[in-house]
Amino acid sequence: MRDHLLAVRSEKAPCQTTIAEAIMSSREVGPSNSASPRELTQNPLKKIWMPLPCKNGLPEKHISQRKVCMTNCPTLIVTVGLPARGKTYISKKLTRYLNWIGVPTREFNVGQYRRECVKIYKSFEFFRPDNEEGLKIRQQCASAALNDVRQYLADEGGQVAVFDATNTTRERRQTITAFAEQNGFKVFFVESVCEDPVVIAENIVQVKLGSPDYMNCNTEEAMEDFKKRIECYENSYETLDEVWDRHLSYIKIIDVGRRYLVNQVQDHIQSRIVYYLMNIHITPRSIYLCRHGESDLNVKGCIGGDSGLSPRGREFAKYLGKFIESQDISDLKVWTSQMKRTIQTAEAVSVPYEQWKALNEIDAGVCEEMMYEEIQQHYPLEFALRDQDKYRYRYPKGESYEDLVQRLEPVIMELERQENVLVICHQAVMRCLLAYFLDKTAEELPYLKCPLHTVLKLTPVAYGCKVESIFLNVDAVNTHRDRPENVNIHRTTEDALQTVPAHL
Amino acid sequence: MSHKETKLTQNPLEKIWIPSLSSKLYQRRGSSVPQFTNSPTMIVMVGLPARGKTYISKKLTRYLNWIGVPTKVFNVGQYRRDATQSYKSYKFFRPDNQEAMKIRKDCANAALKDVCVYFNQEQGQVAVFDATNTTTERREVILTFAKENGYKVFFIESLCDDPEIIAENIKQVKLSSPDYEGYDAEDAVTDFLKRIDCYKMTYVPLDDDNDRSLSYIKIFNVGSRYLVNRVQDHIQSRIVYYLMNIHVTPRSIYLTRHGESELNLVGRIGGDSGLSPRGNKFASALSGYMRSQCIRDLKVWTSHMKRTIQTAEAVGVPYEQWKALNEIDAGVCEEMTYEEIQGRYPEEFALRDQNKYRYRYPKGESYEDLVQRLEPVIMELERQENVLVVCHQAVMRCLLAYFLDKSAAELPYLKCPLHTVLKLTPIAYGCRVESIFLNIEAVNTHRDKPVNVDVDRAPREALLTVPDHT
Repeated sequence: MRDHLLAVRSEKAPCQTTIAEAIMSSREVGPSNSASPRELTQNPLKKIWMPLPCKNGLPEKHISQRKVCMTNCPTLIVTVGLPARGKTYISKKLTRYLNWIGVPTREFNVGQYRRECVKIYKSFEFFRPDNEEGLKIRQQCASAALNDVRQYLADEGGQVAVFDATNTTRERRQTITAFAEQNGFKVFFVESVCEDPVVIAENIVQVKLGSPDYMNCNTEEAMEDFKKRIECYENSYETLDEVWDRHLSYIKIIDVGRRYLVNQVQDHIQSRIVYYLMNIHITPRSIYLCRHGESDLNVKGCIGGDSGLSPRGREFAKYLGKFIESQDISDLKVWTSQMKRTIQTAEAVSVPYEQWKALNEIDAGVCEEMMYEEIQQHYPLEFALRDQDKYRYRYPKGESYEDLVQRLEPVIMELERQENVLVICHQAVMRCLLAYFLDKTAEELPYLKCPLHTVLKLTPVAYGCKVESIFLNVDAVNTHRDRPENVNIHRTTEDALQTVPAHL
Repeated sequence: MSHKETKLTQNPLEKIWIPSLSSKLYQRRGSSVPQFTNSPTMIVMVGLPARGKTYISKKLTRYLNWIGVPTKVFNVGQYRRDATQSYKSYKFFRPDNQEAMKIRKDCANAALKDVCVYFNQEQGQVAVFDATNTTTERREVILTFAKENGYKVFFIESLCDDPEIIAENIKQVKLSSPDYEGYDAEDAVTDFLKRIDCYKMTYVPLDDDNDRSLSYIKIFNVGSRYLVNRVQDHIQSRIVYYLMNIHVTPRSIYLTRHGESELNLVGRIGGDSGLSPRGNKFASALSGYMRSQCIRDLKVWTSHMKRTIQTAEAVGVPYEQWKALNEIDAGVCEEMTYEEIQGRYPEEFALRDQNKYRYRYPKGESYEDLVQRLEPVIMELERQENVLVVCHQAVMRCLLAYFLDKSAAELPYLKCPLHTVLKLTPIAYGCRVESIFLNIEAVNTHRDKPVNVDVDRAPREALLTVPDHT
């Protein structure tokens, strides 16, 4: 318990704890003196070494694991920009990315609060700067959103909150900065500036026309009204200024990423956010995800290993080649792992491919090349722990899904930079990538269905991703094992093996 | 479509699967991460003297080489020093000094020629052209040159108007320059300031409008602000990310291995054993040493392996565990002695001696893989200030190679003995290293490259350099 306090204290205090102070406080705390160092015990789920003393027989969780969130204070990201500049697109995408890499993040869209408050949107007149009642409501909505932000960051374990609104006046931004200071949150502004009428028109078409605000309007009316709405903001718009705002931390994105202005990056998470924002683009493209063709080990029901394709797997590879040809994709990149089965599959596609070690299947450690029946036989405890928390469970001398996500982050970053890509990978890997694109939680991720011989075509659309599933008509074993009902470590073998798919 | 099934074979050194027939599809040598550069890239520095251009050039080059992108610096000042007699005074740099102007132009052209050679004949991928390049005209010359040759261009401009920073620069790197040998310190400073003035008259910074089609990053006041324009590709994006994470705040990085482990004692590699009694003693000594360094706000990082964590526990400061700092995975050879590896896998053992950097253990990793794995650690080390990293032999070699600019050939043989702390302090263009042995005996775990690396060598020859153990 006290160790937890030690960690917590250095989080809240201005990060100036000297090593002397830290040693003093740890001396107060426990018998951790140099003569007899504390004993370590390995947490059975994640295989993390932690010091005793334990409480309730369970090891204390006080040593920070290398998670991404390197900030001590929570961070408030504040979008800035006229309507139809991509603020919500950026907010949602950034939130999805941060959650995927393990930083609890949530977006707070003030427009959403306004829609809940003012049930029916009438017209742009609501946004006129001289509409006192409108202003009052909008201010209330912003305050309500900030309140929820505070709750999320202070009480609910949130690490990053994205405050998605126009925030186009210095005054409004001042209010937010003051709020953040009061609560000990860091602030990072993300401003999107764009004057290209083509881009703005496309924005409006993609996301505004379908908005609840314009449910009952025809396209032309909606366009007209929205343009007038933008005008309401234009007169009072104060862009982040090089001189006046030189002490603020921000990134200014100009013309959808042609140019960036980055000011006063304070810490690791802001640096990662900047890197991410500088790598994303909105050029239309598709990402194709599939697994290698059925492998010899798949057929036997064994996990892992580095076997070659079965005859049906080779058949699939041929069909994959034909399918890709039929898609008539310009400048397709093909990526594989460094395992034989994905490379054999790519060879049939007849497009130059690149091998990534990071795309290798999850390392099952001591369980490599075993069947589930064998794992249950030799390691029943491990098998049960895995069912209890499949995302965090790490195979002995192997990896967890959580490890996989970290390993795959550079792949995701490069996928964001690229355009048309075919990724030939593995079950666990594909689940992680899919979870990123479809915004799945850590709980859902390890159970996403990624069957053999099926290509998933992902096309970004509006704020999300369209998914088409194409089964290439070559049969294969099922390798998907659902979570069984009984995950207790004392369960019977029968209970444990209930959901194992059929195999030779 | 041809459906002769291409068989795959696994390259015995790196364990990479490649098609046996020369498939046109597989172009590159396998490595952990695809190499993303197609055309060679020229990085062109821009800025007045004493703005950190050479500092950035050298650091960036070191980073790119470490992550596996062959990079070289071409410092035009160096060409000038080689071309002219000894430097007399700032007058050489006056814009009306026609004779000097010709020499400087010739030097720039000579450097560009060498860039060509580096790209065309020496497999270089990135060339850093380190000069002031402060006029539009000079930059035009470079752009034309690059276009003619099919090279991409990325500009890095450093702008700074803080007199303190400039003064510190001059002190750190100019006073000791060959140009000022024999000069009195005060005179050198005066002369150098006049030199800067010579450039100021004709300096045209990269312009947001006129240069809108160029790819560049502008760094203001050592990183408080950046302007990034038209990043074209992966390597430029990585360069921008790197530049935005480095700083010049004085600090020290402490690298050490865990204390001697039980497996170390018996000459076994890998595994996840605890500390030996001597290892525990080292942990206490480490604690005493770190305390004596009186560091404010020290960060301590360990791997996920028991022996580094046990070591950090003794230091008594909150520490963070990084899986990326885990020791190299020896795959099927985990927990073996070298003698056992020679007995069971003599060919593997020989291949490793042939190319220790690229050699990948069966079902394990190579040093090359390690470097990829460690890149986020390096990036975070750049961001941080005072850090103590408690890690492992192969890992420490990789980190050390980054800081001390060691080649891939040298890296796997760097000496990182147990119970020795390396204190790295950045100075001038490099890194000062202090080696502190904490006076607790430990086994030697360093195995030199034996003379005979042939797969047919005798076991005795293979085991010649194995250090003693129980």
